[in-house]
Amino acid sequence: MAYPAAYRYTKEHEWIKVEGDTGTIGITDHAQDSLGDIVFVELPKVGAEVAAHKAFGTVESVKAVSELFAPASGTVTAVNEDLASAPEKVNSDAHGSWMIKIKIKDAGELSGLMSAADYEKYVAEEGGN
Amino acid sequence: MSPVDNSRIKKVRQHISQNEGLIFEKSSPGKAAYRLSALDVPEVDAESLLGAQVRDDLDGMPEVSEFEIIRHFTRLSTWNYAIDLGMYPLGSCTMKYNARVNEVVVRMDGLANAHPYLPPEMAQGALRIMKTLADCLIEICGMDAITLQPAAGAHGEMTGIMLIHAYFDNKGEKRKKILIPDSAHGTNPATAAMCGYTVENLRSNDQGMVDIEALAAQMNEDVAGLMLTNPNTLGVFETEIHKIADLLHTKGGLLYMDGANMNALVGKVRPGDFGVDVMHLNLHKTFSTPHGGGGPGSGPVAIKKHLEPFLPSPILIEKGGKLSFDYNRPKSIGRVKAWYGNFGMHVRALAYTLANGPDGLRQTTEDAVLNANYIREKLKDVYELPFNAPSMHEVVFSHKLQAAKGVKTGDIAKRLIDYGFHPYTTAFPLVVADHGAIMIEPTESEPKEELDLFIDAMREIAREAQESPETILTAPHTARVKRMDETTANRKPILRWKP
Repeated sequence: MAYPAAYRYTKEHEWIKVEGDTGTIGITDHAQDSLGDIVFVELPKVGAEVAAHKAFGTVESVKAVSELFAPASGTVTAVNEDLASAPEKVNSDAHGSWMIKIKIKDAGELSGLMSAADYEKYVAEEGGN
Repeated sequence: MSPVDNSRIKKVRQHISQNEGLIFEKSSPGKAAYRLSALDVPEVDAESLLGAQVRDDLDGMPEVSEFEIIRHFTRLSTWNYAIDLGMYPLGSCTMKYNARVNEVVVRMDGLANAHPYLPPEMAQGALRIMKTLADCLIEICGMDAITLQPAAGAHGEMTGIMLIHAYFDNKGEKRKKILIPDSAHGTNPATAAMCGYTVENLRSNDQGMVDIEALAAQMNEDVAGLMLTNPNTLGVFETEIHKIADLLHTKGGLLYMDGANMNALVGKVRPGDFGVDVMHLNLHKTFSTPHGGGGPGSGPVAIKKHLEPFLPSPILIEKGGKLSFDYNRPKSIGRVKAWYGNFGMHVRALAYTLANGPDGLRQTTEDAVLNANYIREKLKDVYELPFNAPSMHEVVFSHKLQAAKGVKTGDIAKRLIDYGFHPYTTAFPLVVADHGAIMIEPTESEPKEELDLFIDAMREIAREAQESPETILTAPHTARVKRMDETTANRKPILRWKP
C-alpha cells in the first residue's frame, strides 16, 4: 500500500492532510488492516476542541475498540457523517475516508509528524503495534 | 462431516443435530398455556383510565401451549456448554468447581427462607454467617475491615474507588487522577471514569509488569490512587509491589488492588501485607460461588483502617455476643446494595472456606498455579510466550507462530470447540501484540487427565495451523451453529423477531 506523500502521519497510525489552516484527519491503511472489519466510528461534534496526541474519538472493529489520536490541536469544522452508516468505507479506502476536519491552531505541531516514507519505514520496523 | 444425505428431510431432524426455531415461529393463533378465572369485579375500560399509555403494539407475542414452552426451553438448555460438562479454561474468569455441598447448605430452610426484614435478634444465625465470612476474608487478605454489600467485581471496584474519593474529600484534597496499567481489566478505567477521575495509562515493562520508573515519573499529589491487579492479567506476580505501594504512599496516594486474581494468592501472600489500602474480592471466582447464569456474583471490598469511616452503611457490629447493624455512620458513602449483599453467595463462600480450612485453601492456590504451569510447559514449544516472567494461576500465550499462516487467536478458540472444550479468553490482555492473546486459566479443579486432553487438543490445533490452516479458519465444524459472520452481526444486527 502506498502512503500518500501529501499526508503527514502519527505513530498512532493517523494521517493528516494540511490545506492552509485546515487539517483533514483519518487513519492509515495499516491501521485499518490491523484492526480488521470496522463496525463503528465515534467522532466528536463540529465545534469540539481536539488536542495534539489526545484522543478525539474511537474506532471499533470486531476485534477491539481503539482510540483515535489527533495529529494536531484545533477546532473541529466538519465530521464525515457517512461513516456512521458505512464504517466499512474505512476498510476499503482508509486514505480517502476522512473522519474529521479541524482548523489547525498551531502549525508548529505538524513538524513532529512523519512523512510517508518515514511512516512506511516505521510500520515495517515496529510492526505497527 | 457426515456422509449421510439428509437434504430431503424437511420436517424432522436427527435428534443430535436438531435445531430449534424461535418460540415465535412455533406460535399459532389462540393457543395459550393458561386460562384466567372469570372476572369477579366490574369490568373497566382501560383506555378511558390510561389514555395514551395503553399499549397496542404488543401483537406478535408467541402463542404456544405449556408443553411446547417446556420442550422449547428444555431443548435449548441441552445445548449449553457448562463447567459440569467439561473444562472452561477462560483466563481471568477462574471457572472452578462449585461444590455441591455449598448448594445443600444454602438451601437449608432457615437460610433460604430467611426474610431480610427479620429483626437482627431473630436472624443471629444469618448474621453470624456474614460475620464469620467477613472475619475469614479479612484474615485471608490481611486487611482491617470489609463490606459484603457489592454484588459483583465491578460493583466492588466502584465501591472501592468511592471510598478513596470519600477519603480525600474528608481530608479536603481534590485529587483528579487514577493510574491504571495497560494490562488492566477494562472495568478498571471504566470504574475510575464513572467515579469522576481522569484515567492515566501506566505502561508495562518488557516483563509485563508495572514499569517502576514510569510510575515514579507519573506519581504526584494529583493522583488519588493506582488500580492494580496482582497477579496481573498476564498471570504475572508484581514482584516489586512493595516499591509500588511505597511510591504511592510517599505522595499520599492509595493502592487499590483488583482481587480478580486472588486465586493465586490465598493462603500464601496477603495484599494487606504488601501495602494494599483497598481491594475487592470476587466470591464467584476465588471462593467458588457460581458464575453468570448460576450467580449472582458477590464482590466484597476489604480496606485498611483509614478508610473504615467511609464504608457503606449499615455495618455489622457485635456487642456482648449479639450481632446487629449500625446505621449511624455519618461519613459513610451510603448503601451500595439493597439489604446486605447477595447473602446466598456469602453462605456458599463460607461453606467453601470452612470446608477447605487454611491448609486446604493454601493447597488450592498451589494446585491452581501448578495446573497453569503444567499447561505452560506442555504448550510453550508450539505457542509463543510473549512475556517470559513466571506464570501464576494462568498462562498467556500469543498466536504469533500461527498468525504467519493466517490463523489468529479467535480462530484457534473456535477450533477448540470442535475438540469439546469451551474456548479460552481471546485477545485479552491488550498488552499482547496484535490482539493475539491466548489466555488460559485451568483452576485447581481440573484433574491431570482433563488437562492432558486440553493440551492434546491445543497441540493438535497447532499442527493443523501449519499443515491445514483452512480447517481452523472455517471452524467450528461439529457445533450446531457454524462460523458466525461477526462483521455483519455488528454492522447490521437484527435485534427483534419479525414475522
